[in-house]
Amino acid sequence: MTDLPDTTNSFDSSRTLDAAALAEREGAQQTDDAADYYVDGDPIQDTKAPGGPLEERWNTRQFEARIANPANRRRLSVIVVGTGLAGASAAATLGEAGYVVKSFCYQDSPRRAHSIAAQGGINAAKNYKGDGDSVYRLFYDTIKGGDYRSRESNVYRLAQVSTSIIDQCVAQGVPFAREYGGLLDNRSFGGVQVSRTFYARGQTGQQLLIGAYQALERQVAAGTVKCYTRHEMVELIVVDGRARGIIVRDMVTGEIETYFADVVVLASGGYGNVFFLSTNAMGCNVTAAWRAHRKGALMANPCYTQIHPTCIPVAGAHQSKLTLMSESLRNDGRIWVPKNQADCGKDPREIPEEDRDYYLERIYPAFGNLVPRDIASRQAKNMCDEGRGVGPEVDGVRRGVYLDFAEAIDRLGRKAIEDKYDNLFDMYARITGEDPYTSPMRIYPAVHYVMGGLWVDYDLQSTIPGLFVTGEANFSDHGANRLGASALMQGLADGYFVLPNTIRDYLAEGPFEKIAEDDPAVVEAQQSVKSRIEQFMTTNGTRSVDSYHRELGHIMWEYCGMERSEDGLRKAIDLIRSLKEDFWRNVRVLGSAESMNQSLEKAGRVADFFELGELMCIDALNRRESCGGHFRAESQTEEGEALRHDDQYAYVAAWEWGGADEKPILHKEHLTYEFVEMKQRSYK
Amino acid sequence: MKLNLKIWRQENATAPGGIHTYELDDVSEDMSFLEMLDVLNEQLNAEGEEPIAFDSDCREGICGQCSLMIDGEAHGPEVTTTCQLHMRSFRDGDSITIEPWRADAFPIVKDLVVDRSAFDRIIQQGGYISVNTGAAPDAHATPVPKDKANRAFDVATCIGCGACVAACPNGSASLFLGAKITHLGELPQGQAERDTRVVNMIGQHDAEGFGGCTNIGECTAACPKEIPLDVISRLNWDLHAALRHGK
Repeated sequence: MTDLPDTTNSFDSSRTLDAAALAEREGAQQTDDAADYYVDGDPIQDTKAPGGPLEERWNTRQFEARIANPANRRRLSVIVVGTGLAGASAAATLGEAGYVVKSFCYQDSPRRAHSIAAQGGINAAKNYKGDGDSVYRLFYDTIKGGDYRSRESNVYRLAQVSTSIIDQCVAQGVPFAREYGGLLDNRSFGGVQVSRTFYARGQTGQQLLIGAYQALERQVAAGTVKCYTRHEMVELIVVDGRARGIIVRDMVTGEIETYFADVVVLASGGYGNVFFLSTNAMGCNVTAAWRAHRKGALMANPCYTQIHPTCIPVAGAHQSKLTLMSESLRNDGRIWVPKNQADCGKDPREIPEEDRDYYLERIYPAFGNLVPRDIASRQAKNMCDEGRGVGPEVDGVRRGVYLDFAEAIDRLGRKAIEDKYDNLFDMYARITGEDPYTSPMRIYPAVHYVMGGLWVDYDLQSTIPGLFVTGEANFSDHGANRLGASALMQGLADGYFVLPNTIRDYLAEGPFEKIAEDDPAVVEAQQSVKSRIEQFMTTNGTRSVDSYHRELGHIMWEYCGMERSEDGLRKAIDLIRSLKEDFWRNVRVLGSAESMNQSLEKAGRVADFFELGELMCIDALNRRESCGGHFRAESQTEEGEALRHDDQYAYVAAWEWGGADEKPILHKEHLTYEFVEMKQRSYK
Repeated sequence: MKLNLKIWRQENATAPGGIHTYELDDVSEDMSFLEMLDVLNEQLNAEGEEPIAFDSDCREGICGQCSLMIDGEAHGPEVTTTCQLHMRSFRDGDSITIEPWRADAFPIVKDLVVDRSAFDRIIQQGGYISVNTGAAPDAHATPVPKDKANRAFDVATCIGCGACVAACPNGSASLFLGAKITHLGELPQGQAERDTRVVNMIGQHDAEGFGGCTNIGECTAACPKEIPLDVISRLNWDLHAALRHGK
């Protein structure tokens, strides 16, 4: 790589290790669980975050980041992949600033991106309730909730800009819940003791996304943004070390198209669908991010997965996805299982109070039903593993616990509960055929969000210059676990306020040299896309793409789900490798590549999920500690609580693609805490 | 249960289409309608026939990507989206006819998939409040009466699925249009552009080939989010006001 712009971070992706150094590093890792599976690389660090007082850092960076001359902006082009909160808000804001923006999504309209399904709310440190909230408290809660595995500078900035998000959304006409005086209502949410969550009934994500979508469409009308719907990114173009474009497949015509720009932004969401069953939308995938990873962008902390405690349990083998019930339900619902196994098959209403175990209230009296998601999830699993689960038996086990509103309905009245949760209760009734107003809901954990993602610096730039990553697709702000109502906050913080203020520093050097259509890097990328499609279409095997995806998901859930162990992860890696091999030999994709072909779309996504799944297992194997959403069976207290090892693992694990069938390379970013003291988390 | 499925298949926008018949066994009442189609597609794939293309994404009733006319009703017999329709609404031995949305303004892409980009173009003509990022005053600067906020929210729940158009004998998108006009028009923030918004959005609606409203009400009956019919009154009211104001 030559002529690296001075805005890039210190990581040099062209570095190669000689064989001796490799052997030495591997030797040094012999005691590690994952030693056989990876190669140790150089440490990396975020060189963009300014030092000095925490509260000044973002101001400093905004001032120091260069400004692209307004007259120049109409010659500067930006590609934004994804139109969820992080993508639509970024595309709209960059359009307003005068850049030439191309926005891509795989859905038939930008308004359908999966942010739309977020229910509960969005945090902001407004302190409108006067209950002691502040930017610092939101920062502190987020660092603590992330189990001390996120960066102080990033998280503080997130808390700072949170208040502007609410202002922006209200101005756009987002109909947040209000009090009788006409001012905004707040609620407390997910393991937090202040009321800082703004919400729009149980459809906050929808309303925020419609706001961002409308801002985006306004820019389309203004001519600054062009939207490409039903276009899926299948490759990143890197020329002379810079991200300069993408290759997409037009999902209607099947055409492979190439688009160039001065900078590429990935806002392509999370990869929870590697588990097949998750609360993600059917189309959510890792392909955009994974293609970038294969081109040199590091993937950070891929094993950090959030399992959401309040989802509707699996009903049978046909299940295509899982449905989340907002955890705001935990504010009023009480979680319990029968004390006695013999009661598990009974009608819950006939089980007397003294025979119920409100286990979260019992084990965590201070937080009760509002403990963080990972704790609530794992305890639900523990109860079911003990044989005290409820609901129908699937494969011989009852996997469900009760979430009971009887007490809340008694205390507040049915009307009050309807006002708060009617759409959630309706959804539950529709899916299960049961009425949650008269009988407790059954819930069970499901994969919901991934904290891991592409590694970015304080500017949200990846290790490929000119490739920026926002929202769930990056790893930046949530550490090892995310607080409830913080995903929407981060998506919009990145898209409206952070990225537009950092990307300009990079764009100030542009426009960059025009890329020739026949540039070898472009031709190579196009060829690899076409040959991959060709391979899917000609394999002509016997198994459907979905059947492979389902099996991969089962492996991931079993061995890289709520609890991970050394033996399980090793087994998972073997299973994934052999399944992947079989997939490439035996998958069946019918129809034509030159028209809409949903099997072909899925085949490309599943192929990338195989590689990601393996890396997730390696990352989980390497991290022999329990932190946040990652629970290692070997690292727990005598009481079965998660046990962190800050002396060994207070780092971000950023993985470099080593090549197909080669070992990935681990780069560690050590985390230092200047302001917050690292504490072992306790919610008792 | 066992089902007899009559499904519209069409290779692309210009190819002729037709109804194909499929038999499907072992359908569980806990399946969603789309999971039933997933099972059918697995069966077709195994038999060497190309799976049926249909749209879906979130499968929890909020993204609006799924469609389908089921026995002539948009989203089928229940008041919900197709993805939230469950097979317990059907009986063993039922024959079910499945077609794409039917409207000139929603051309067929393939099989059961249609092109609804006309809705995006309607929004482009004013379905927003013009405020650049960073230009907003404090969120509490303008109180909004709770009843107005609630009304705005109720109609803002529109998911843009197009069922209203598919259900309307005229192929009108007036319910979709009225929902957005009402959402933004209820809020103080939406007043400045209220007149131009309604005129421009209706202009685009007509240009896209959607039909006029004749107050039949099929739209609101089919709407999975139960957007009320009176948003169309509001639409007409706002249009008349705008015309009076010389827009």
